[in-house]
Amino acid sequence: MIWFLVRRLLATVAVLLVMSAIVYGLFYLMPGDPAVLACGKRCGPDQLVVTRHKLGLDQAVYLQYWHFLQGVVVGRDYSSGPDVNHCAAPCLGYSFQSDQPVTNLLLDRLPVSASLTLGALVLALVLGVGAGLLSALRRGTFVERLLTGVTLLGFSTPVFLIGLILLLVFCAWLKVLPFPSYVPLTENPAEWARNLVLPWCALALIEAALFARVARAGTLETLAEDHIRTFRAYGVPERQVVRRHALRGALAPVATITAVELATIIVSAMLTESMFGLPGIGKLAVEASTSVDLPVITGVTLLAGTAVVLANAVADLLHAAIDPRVKLA
Amino acid sequence: MTPVSEAPMTPVGEAATAPVLSVRDLRVRFGDREAVGGVSFDLEPGRALGVVGESGSGKSSLALALSRLHTGADVTGEVRVDGTDVLAASDAELRRLRGGRIAMVFQDPLSSLDPYLRVGDQIAEVYRVHTGATRRAAAAKAVEVLDRVGIPDASRRARAHPHEFSGGMVQRALIAMALALEPRVLVADEPTTALDVTVQARLLTLLDELREETGMALLLVSHDFGVVAETADDILVMRAGKTVEHGPVETVLRTPSAAYTRELLEAVPRLDTPRPAVVTSRTPPPEQADSPQESLLRISGLRREFRLGPPLRRRVVPAVDGVSLEVAPGEVLGVVGESGSGKTTLARLIVRLLAPSAGTIEFAGRDVTRLPARELRPLRRDLQMVFQDPLASLNPRRTVGDSIADPLRVLGEPDAERRARDLMDRVGLDPDRYGAYPHEFSGGQRQRVGIARALAPDPRLLVCDEPVTSLDVSTQAQILALLAELRAERDLALLFVSHDLAVVRQVSDRVAVMRAGRVVTLGDVDTVYDQPEDPYTRALLAAVPKLAALTPAT
Repeated sequence: MIWFLVRRLLATVAVLLVMSAIVYGLFYLMPGDPAVLACGKRCGPDQLVVTRHKLGLDQAVYLQYWHFLQGVVVGRDYSSGPDVNHCAAPCLGYSFQSDQPVTNLLLDRLPVSASLTLGALVLALVLGVGAGLLSALRRGTFVERLLTGVTLLGFSTPVFLIGLILLLVFCAWLKVLPFPSYVPLTENPAEWARNLVLPWCALALIEAALFARVARAGTLETLAEDHIRTFRAYGVPERQVVRRHALRGALAPVATITAVELATIIVSAMLTESMFGLPGIGKLAVEASTSVDLPVITGVTLLAGTAVVLANAVADLLHAAIDPRVKLA
Repeated sequence: MTPVSEAPMTPVGEAATAPVLSVRDLRVRFGDREAVGGVSFDLEPGRALGVVGESGSGKSSLALALSRLHTGADVTGEVRVDGTDVLAASDAELRRLRGGRIAMVFQDPLSSLDPYLRVGDQIAEVYRVHTGATRRAAAAKAVEVLDRVGIPDASRRARAHPHEFSGGMVQRALIAMALALEPRVLVADEPTTALDVTVQARLLTLLDELREETGMALLLVSHDFGVVAETADDILVMRAGKTVEHGPVETVLRTPSAAYTRELLEAVPRLDTPRPAVVTSRTPPPEQADSPQESLLRISGLRREFRLGPPLRRRVVPAVDGVSLEVAPGEVLGVVGESGSGKTTLARLIVRLLAPSAGTIEFAGRDVTRLPARELRPLRRDLQMVFQDPLASLNPRRTVGDSIADPLRVLGEPDAERRARDLMDRVGLDPDRYGAYPHEFSGGQRQRVGIARALAPDPRLLVCDEPVTSLDVSTQAQILALLAELRAERDLALLFVSHDLAVVRQVSDRVAVMRAGRVVTLGDVDTVYDQPEDPYTRALLAAVPKLAALTPAT
């Protein structure tokens, strides 16, 4: 167990290092000069040199990367213009366009994105696993065919289409829900949920379809196993056979796929946030991409990467908790 | 309760005790295929009926039908358990019957219990379903029955998960589950097939004891005449879903009336009969193998370790622990042992599918222990292997002819296809089926393909790892006869690995008995079997169910 955690931690650090290096390298290769962007439109050649020096862009690329890593561990100072800005310990860079450390930008928006992603994940799991179980247990009935159809539809509809339809129906026509805007959970939980319902649904429906398929396959497979026959042969009622002996086996693959799917959800969340105008990290990333705010893009990439790597570690822990045969090593 | 179930049964020709299980004209149909075609029998309390047949004879279908466990099959006829008609019972009635009156033990012990739950909890759960006992009482009952079936330290082991049990222990746990409910009939479908002989012997003894103690009836389904002969009072021989013969054990085994029963009995390898003539007919007297120049294969101090466990608590487990053997040209050396004794690892080391941790392997006078793969290649010509599972060891997407021809092509044989056809003919396959795929063949035919492939490069030593284990006795006899013929005509040496002591006796000149990675006995086959000196070998031989005690030597 301890070995597992140590190894996972080391692996996470390694993954993040590689990822940051790649992101850094890509921007270095990209056309366009960050100094020109930072300096502004009316910027003479002299000013440009000064800006470039201040940003550290006149240094070799590996030095720039090294300073970036240093910043992550101990923090660093940036100066644009006259004053010096300190960027505290987990410093993921400094956005000169918004004149703020990237870490602060991300932390400001994290609650929005976390609310959206986790809420959608929970909703997707509930809907998906429920539909999957139901269609496996009601095999060969109308319920199964209906669920299979709905699942297929959900699986093949893009998130922006679902989002638009939801907005149109619930906000424009029926007017039962507000056009979403973010209300912090700590301020008003009811409003928080009411505003997030539509984005959650838009994001969750596609994932729910996938979870439904995995849960259905897992249930059918487990129900065909020998030990299920044992309990049937010993007179255990079918309901209890399913609840006590089939569910765990059926849901183990869902735990694994959830971690993998988190990456997809994070990407879809970017679309969802932009579409519903939610001020989350996804929206930040989209804005940063259009204005080529490199430090922000790097920061978002690293944060998303961390989330995915951690989710995979959690999935492995979960898997070990569900299945006593799995040894973490 | 249906009114019918109250009607007293009037068993045919039985006055003393009414049958507790009574089956009339039972048929199980899957679509057009009839797996069981009209079987009838009675089973009285405390008696044991053995149902014997080869694979596909419908014996497992019969066993499942007794508790109405078939899904998607059409089951007709009459099954009465303790007076209740199983096939007509309501769902609630059926649940009471299952486990409560008629319990089952299945073939594959490790998959028969829920891997996610503790063994004791599973027994307690079933007990509570039937008795409505409290959690605490059920848990105590689970420990009690686990203790009764001989699980050591039962109160602690009850908290273990199935994967922490050995196969024999899980099978005991399942019997314990049945025992807790005190059923009138126990149906055991190949309960010992997956187990070692010594474990099997203890389990069969346990079943006998329980039968005597509780008066429950036992229906034992098995492909193994020996197991049935030791346990059952009556035998029912099945073939293609029909009863071929049904009667007391002594009668059926001593004076079988059906030709099919006789054939089956003749095919069963005997532990206590000398080898058939076909094996011994050819003579390079094995005694001459003592002179060192003559040995084809000589291994000494061979060792292979596996590392298990997490980094700091890594344990080194020797699977093969200092084995020394020789095989003379044309000789058959049998290697027997129970599961985990290291016999398969030994076979793989010899053909260099695994690299040894220590020790040497000499083949034809040359040290090949650490030869690199490139230099090993010409040697593979002389050293071939036949695997246990013929289907798994053939490429499903390649025709069997190509599978046989491939080793020849690798060796640069110009006319590989013609030679492959000759080989097919030699091992008893129709050469015209060169283009057929493995799934189109039966188990025995597939093993013939495996043998033909191994023979293709004209080897001098054939390492056979459990080559007949997955086959029915009649097929098994054919394959063994084929190996004996091939050996006689090609001066082929065999290293024959098997857990089946009777089979090893039939084919081997000398035999090595392995236990925990070591050879505990090595010697002439008749000496080892008839006058075993090593206590483990003696125990092993004693555990094999004897058939010959009942049958006249023919």
